[in-house]
Formats: sequence, structure tokens, C-alpha cells
Amino acid sequence: MSKSANRSDVWLKSGLLALALGFVLLCLLLPLALVFHQAFSKGLPAYLAALQEPAALSAIQLTLLAAVIAVPLNLMFGISASWAIARFDFRGKSLLIALIDLPFSVSPVIAGLIYVLVFGAQGWFGPWLNEHDIKIIFAIPGIVLATVFVTFPFVARELIPLMQAQGKDEEEAAILLGANGWQCFWHITLPGIRWGLLYGVLLCNARAMGEFGAVSVVSGHIRGYTNTLPLHAEILYNEYQFAASFAVASRLALLALVTLAARSLLQWFSHRDRAAPVPHEQYAHPASATPAGLDTAVNVDDRRSKTEASRRSLLSQAMAWLAAGVLDAAPRMDALPGAGSLPGVAESLAGSSNASTSRELHEHRSS
Amino acid sequence: MSIEVRNLRKRFGDFTALDDVSLRFDQGELVALLGPSGCGKTTLLRIIAGLSRADSGDVLFDGNDASTRQPGDRQVGFVFQHYALFRHMSVFDNIAFGLQVKPRAQRPSKAEISRRVHALLQLVQLDWLADRFPSQLSGGQRQRIALARALAVEPRVLLLDEPFGALDAQVRKELRRWLRRLHDELQVTSIFVTHDQEEALEVSDRIVLMHQGQVMQQGTPQAVYQNPVSPFVYGFLGNVNRFDGVADRGRLHLGQATYRTADEASNAASNFIDAPEHAAVRDTPASAYVRPHELEIERYAHGRPGIAARLSRAWLSGGAARLELQQDEQPGLIEAELPLARFQALQLRQGEMLLLRPQQAHIFLHPMAPAQQLEK
Repeated sequence: MSKSANRSDVWLKSGLLALALGFVLLCLLLPLALVFHQAFSKGLPAYLAALQEPAALSAIQLTLLAAVIAVPLNLMFGISASWAIARFDFRGKSLLIALIDLPFSVSPVIAGLIYVLVFGAQGWFGPWLNEHDIKIIFAIPGIVLATVFVTFPFVARELIPLMQAQGKDEEEAAILLGANGWQCFWHITLPGIRWGLLYGVLLCNARAMGEFGAVSVVSGHIRGYTNTLPLHAEILYNEYQFAASFAVASRLALLALVTLAARSLLQWFSHRDRAAPVPHEQYAHPASATPAGLDTAVNVDDRRSKTEASRRSLLSQAMAWLAAGVLDAAPRMDALPGAGSLPGVAESLAGSSNASTSRELHEHRSS
Repeated sequence: MSIEVRNLRKRFGDFTALDDVSLRFDQGELVALLGPSGCGKTTLLRIIAGLSRADSGDVLFDGNDASTRQPGDRQVGFVFQHYALFRHMSVFDNIAFGLQVKPRAQRPSKAEISRRVHALLQLVQLDWLADRFPSQLSGGQRQRIALARALAVEPRVLLLDEPFGALDAQVRKELRRWLRRLHDELQVTSIFVTHDQEEALEVSDRIVLMHQGQVMQQGTPQAVYQNPVSPFVYGFLGNVNRFDGVADRGRLHLGQATYRTADEASNAASNFIDAPEHAAVRDTPASAYVRPHELEIERYAHGRPGIAARLSRAWLSGGAARLELQQDEQPGLIEAELPLARFQALQLRQGEMLLLRPQQAHIFLHPMAPAQQLEK
């Protein structure tokens, strides 16, 4: 009886595995390969030319500008908000948490429209802005604003659970040992959250550069002026310049891959920081302590098995992240009506692959 | 340094953590703040350290008001319940932290810091762990590193919050002794919070017993153990039996009861405990508190004074025999402790009727209706 149970287990296992692998192959790896295949379909010179034409260069510049402004803003906001939320009790705390989540729950297109309604020609501040000759909508400030809005929660959401879990004991200990506020932050708080912080910045940056919906609404698609990389890719695609479009898209896919690699590296680092076996109680007989060499051997062994485990889980994350990257990068996915649900699939995949760490925020994001 | 707190009050919403607490801790004393969880002992410790502020009242260090002094300027060493070691720093850096964050003018040189850290590591007998990280240490080792870190800034007061709470029994016992020895060596005023009466009795010079934000009693462990001032203290410190009855003219009457013994079909007995200190009292509900070893035991004999109870269980523990007895038609067990020799001489059998005579009893009159049965 147990034999048949084992056999059905094996079938179940291989069935599920085949299903998952098939899905990954069909929906993630194939599109990714296609992006690069299409990008190089007219050869390397055409690929390079597509990236060096003035409109593309301007798009790259604008994308970088938006990220360079949005990411530090987020960093500052994220640290201060999560510090306040994790360390203090105050009125309206849950409201603040809900507000931080707002950009996750609002469709990016709506986020863009909000800015049009507020700053646009027919918006609240439209006439006043027009009088003073300040352009926000269909100009660079609007793009930066929209980018800041959609990336708002990344750092804070990453840090709040981390800081809450760490508690304030260590900070209090530092203060009692005579550290001032700045020393406490620099020597105790920051090292405690460094990997989470870097990870939040990484996610924030990926989103800032890859954002399509909100930016698309406020940009006005003025070539060479208000196009970011994703918008530029879409325009090229709509103009049937497939090779050029995919060349630009491949840049974004590359960004996704780099983000993925950096993320894995970060995780490996933070894991290494935490991975540490607890030796047996040695208080009673300090003299009979394990020789240092033996102890280290145990450590190394333990660490190796942990690295292996993380390597395995890394593969599944890689798949999920490829999905996120490809779908962010592939221009027509967002452009096609009704295809908006696809990135959602990718995001939830990314989320489930790492649900145990509660680090993934992507499931919050609706497209 | 001596510490004094005067009329401290602290509320958290509807919960009163400290209710008019005034205490004095003398230079070089090792004091245990003992009480059940939620009695305000940790709050008091945090207020002394400056980590929380009292709603009203004063904290005085050597007679000077300390309430305006920042936690970092109070020269207190604080050991957290869960140690709060800096997890990203090695043991060496943890201990050196307090020296390294000093303003440049006061900061010792690198060599001096290293020398002092190693001296502290030797003091806590963990010199070989300097390069480890906190996560690589056992609970007892972390505890001692936390203590070394607190001592690095040469505090004038040492505050320990449930220092042995998270350790297993064996390590706890070792560390208790070690802490006592360390204190005798350093002579720094120390206050530690605990809910473990055994710990408080064993380690401290003085016990401050707290309950519901108030100080119930304080004194040397021996004084508090032998002369508890209230039923609560009696119940909290050590095992105790409680007999309810009515105090009248110097006696606590425990009521009439009918007992069946082997030789007599039934037998009415009147039980009482002498209470000469309550000679003036008439017909007042009261309870007697008697420790297990304060009960003398003999075989039941008609007409002999004493509380009749049946032996339901007996076992040996250390050099003594422990007995569980039950009064007929009364809920609850009575615990008694006999020297082994006496127990063997008596040759008791299970179910046998015995007579208990309290050698010593504390009788507390009930202010109102009899309170709930105390645990323990």
C-alpha cells in the first residue's frame, strides 16, 4: 500500500515539476530569448545604432534622471518612515502605514491621471502653473513625480518589518553605553538594516527605470524630450521598428537580469551574516571547550549546506525574476489592452517563490 | 553609588505599572526586585536607567536629582533580558563599543581599549571568544558578554533585567553563583529583576517584593522568608499551606469535621490553631499560613489536638520526605515535609489518618470575604 502511495507521490511530483518547468519555459525563458533574438535580428551594428540615436540616448538620460531623483528621495523617506513606525507609538500610525501602501494598491495609470488632474492644463493648479510658465505635465517634472509616486513604498515596506522584528533593545543598549543619536544610527541601526535597505533600493531602482503606466500618462510621448526607455520601446514598436524596439527592450531586460543578480548577491551576503550555528553550552566547563579548529570545521560544513540550499531556492527565484524582468521589458505587453494582467502573474510568481522571507512586496502591486 | 526613588508613579493607559514607589538602594548592595510578571519591576528598572520617564516622582543618584540626566550620562550598566548584543559586531567590538563612542578627548587609545576588553573577557572567563559573533554563542555565554559590555564603561550601578530568565536550569544555577561572586569582587551597586523567588533568595543581599505596582515588603532574604507581612508575600515566597477558619479569643477555629478511622466508626473533632496575637479578636474570618516543614505529624489518636488529614501520597526528595495530605470534605491538598529519619520511624501507609500540628503559623485576618485560594 505504501508502495502505491509512493508511486502516486512520484507521479505527482514529476507532474507538478513538468507543469512548472513548462510554464517557465513557455512564458518566461522563451520571451526573454525572443527579446534578445529580435534585438539582434538585424545584426550588431543595427542594435548599436538603435541605442545610439539621439531619441534613445535622451530616453536613457531621462530614465536615469528619474531614478537618480526618485531613489534617494525614497531612501530618505523610507528610513524615516520605518524608523518612526517601528520605534514609536503615535496617533495615526496605521493611517501612515496604509498611506505608504497606497501606490501599491492604486493602478499606475490612475496614479498618472491624478497628476494630470492636479497639474494638467484643466487641473487645479493648471491656470496658475500656466501663468508662471511652469510645465509639469508632459514635461520632465511630471515624469519624476509619477516615478516617485509609484516607487514610494519600496524602501519603507522593506524596512518596517525588519526594524520591527529587530526591536529597539540594541539601540537602547547603545544609548546606555553613551552613544549619541548619530552614533547609534550609524553603528547600530544602519548595519542592522543594511541588506534590507540595499534590497529596497534595488527594487525601487528597478521599478523607477521600468515604470510604464504612470509615466506614460504624464509624459505626452514627446520624442527626445519626455520619453523614458519603456515608452521609447513602445513607440518604436508601434512604428514597426521591431529590431530597434527590442534593442531598447533588451536594455531593460538586461537591467532586470543585473537586478536579479545583485539581489541574489545581497541575499547571499545577508544570509552569510546571519548563518551561524550555536555551539553547545560551554559555560559549566570553560576549560573543556571544543578546540577552535574542530568548531570551525563544523561551521564550514553548516555554512556549505546552507549555501547549497540557498542556491537551489535561487534557481526558482531566478525564474520568477526573469518573468518580472521580461514582462517589464517587453514593450507590447503593457501596450496591448487586456495584457495588463500578465505582469501581475509574474509578480505573484516572484512573490510566492520567496514568501517565507516576507520580503516580497510584489504581490501588493496591481497592474 | 546609592540610588533613591521617591513616589514614582507610572501608568500605561489604564494599567498602573508603578503606584507611589519609594525605595533606597545603598552603595555596594545587590538587591533583587521580585514579583510576578506585570508587577512593575522592569518599569522601575527602566526608569532608573533613564529609558522611560516616570509620570511623577524623583530618581536620585547619590542624593542628586537624576531625572534631567540622559541615559548615557547616568553611568548605569544595563543587561537586557535578551542581552541585546550588537549582532553584526564581534564579541570584542561589542565590549569595546562603550569605549569607542566616547568623545575623542575621553576616548582611550586603541591599545588601551584592547587591554581593557581583554581584561573584561578574562573577568567573565570568555577570553577565547573575542572574535566570535553573538549568534555563535550559547545563551550563558551571551549573558556574560552582555555583562562584560555593560561593565566596560565602568558603571556605578548595574541593572539586570531578568538576567537568567532565558537560560536552562543548570546554566542558571551556575550563573547565579558566578554573579554573586562577581558582585562581591566588584562591589558595584546592583539591582536585578526576577520573578524567581529561589533566585532572589539565593543571590541577593536584600529583596524588594513588588505586586501590582506597589512594594509589598523589603528586607534580607531571611527576614522576608521568615516573616512575610501579607498573605501575598507568603504565597509568593516558598510553598505554603493555608487553613481557613474563624479567629476568636486567641484561637483560629477550623470548624467541626467528622472523620472515619479504622478503629472507630466515626469521630468528631474540633480543630484549632493557637493564635495568641489575636486574643482580642472575636469571630473574624481568618487564614493561617504554614510552611510544609512547620507541620509536625503523628498518627491519629482520639482526643489528641491537631488537624486530622489523610495521607494521599508520599515521596522522598533530598534528605526529606514530602507528604501530600487531604482533609476529608475539604478541597485542596496540604503539603508537609518531614526529616527522613522521622518519616522512616513513623512507617506511614497511604490512606492513613494523621494529625498535623503547626509548629509555627502566621495568621492573617480577612479584611472582607475570604479571598481566592492562593496558588502554591
